[in-house]
Amino acid sequence: MLFAMVIPAFLVGGALCVLAQLLMDLTRPSFSPAHVLVTYVTGGAILGGLGLYAPLIKIGGAGASIPLTGFGYSLAKGAIEAVDKKGLIGAFSGGLEATAAGIAAAVVFGYLMAVFFDPKG
Amino acid sequence: MQSKIRGKQTIAFESPPVVLSSATVVGPMEGAGPLASKFHTVLTDTLDGEKSWERTESKMLKDAIKSTITQANLMEADINFLLAGDLLNQITASNYAARDLPISFLGLYGACSNMALSLFLGSVLIDGGFAERVVAAASSHHDTAERQYRFPTEQGVQRPLTAQWTVTGAGATLLSRQGTGVKITYATPGKVIDLGVSDPNNMGAAMAPAVADTIIRHFQDLGSTPADYDLIISGDLGQIGLNITKDLVSQGGYQLNNYTDCGILVYDDTQDVHSGGSGCGCSAVVINAHILRELQAKRLKKVLFIGSGALLSPTLTQQGESIPSIGHAVVLEAPL
Repeated sequence: MLFAMVIPAFLVGGALCVLAQLLMDLTRPSFSPAHVLVTYVTGGAILGGLGLYAPLIKIGGAGASIPLTGFGYSLAKGAIEAVDKKGLIGAFSGGLEATAAGIAAAVVFGYLMAVFFDPKG
Repeated sequence: MQSKIRGKQTIAFESPPVVLSSATVVGPMEGAGPLASKFHTVLTDTLDGEKSWERTESKMLKDAIKSTITQANLMEADINFLLAGDLLNQITASNYAARDLPISFLGLYGACSNMALSLFLGSVLIDGGFAERVVAAASSHHDTAERQYRFPTEQGVQRPLTAQWTVTGAGATLLSRQGTGVKITYATPGKVIDLGVSDPNNMGAAMAPAVADTIIRHFQDLGSTPADYDLIISGDLGQIGLNITKDLVSQGGYQLNNYTDCGILVYDDTQDVHSGGSGCGCSAVVINAHILRELQAKRLKKVLFIGSGALLSPTLTQQGESIPSIGHAVVLEAPL
């Protein structure tokens, strides 16, 4: 049962990472890690908006929802759902509402890392 | 008075300045490299008790400068001028080191060519009769350079195979009008050359044309050939830049068979630095710890050292500009 979840997650998540690595390795210096971040978030949002990303999450589970594209997908999904409930204003509020847990977790864990490890860089 | 200029841009020093002493301070990674036994001071960690890497770099530079003075049994008051440079914004490593030294200070910026630039200008001051003794120095620190030019170190951004590793190190040379020791006999300051490389992760390739131009110009100005030198050594081109320089110089009509690069000598293959070392500290520590010793011991007689500098800023590379570069050459000769 566990493998039925883990193997597709590994394959889907791994494929997304391989794609990003190839984008960087084959296009240097023009394509930096920052470009990967922006491309993946916007790409996930666009695919999500078009309804093409949800099937990938159905197959890959966390392998598709954890990478940056999953964040983009959640932004789009949240915006679409909020528009259905609240009207056009939901397009502005829905994305962040849907991803609030992820963003708050990033802030909290980032803060804790800074406190415990005293980064110098 | 007879002119000291030879050819187009090479200076022949009439009374060649003498190296009285030299000093180096390096980080733990350099201290684990192939030149480990040659460095004067090896730090056990990259902070060395300071609260920031910037402070550490300044301290390393200051310690190297002070060490040259004490080694020569002199006082700070005996030094007329301090010439130093580094890679940080507003050359702060040098400025903050000079803050604690009662010596007239000339801050230089030639990027990683700073060691060659400071040796050249210090020699000009001495041979011109404007100074009795000067200290020439340069520094870089891996972590301050990463912050300045690339990404926060904690981000763990991948480095491509063309990238070089900024040396954590400071080197200083005490030059004097009188005394015995290694002499600086010629200098060929370089032109700024930019053939359009815009990748800050491939600085060796960006700098190679400037270094090759200075090498060719030096031979042409003096009518000399590579065979007149025991060793020709560039500052921090790394493996990729070294190969390009060899090709470019051979297109200019000179075969370099006795040519290496400080960025290749400072680390070994197991240290995972990709294309080699870089930074002002790279040539500063290799020249001061290794090459000057070889000359002093007369295992080398005559060395052409070309400091290589990539004159970029992060702002301009982010705007897509290419990297202008420079190579400054000085000739170091063993005592007679």
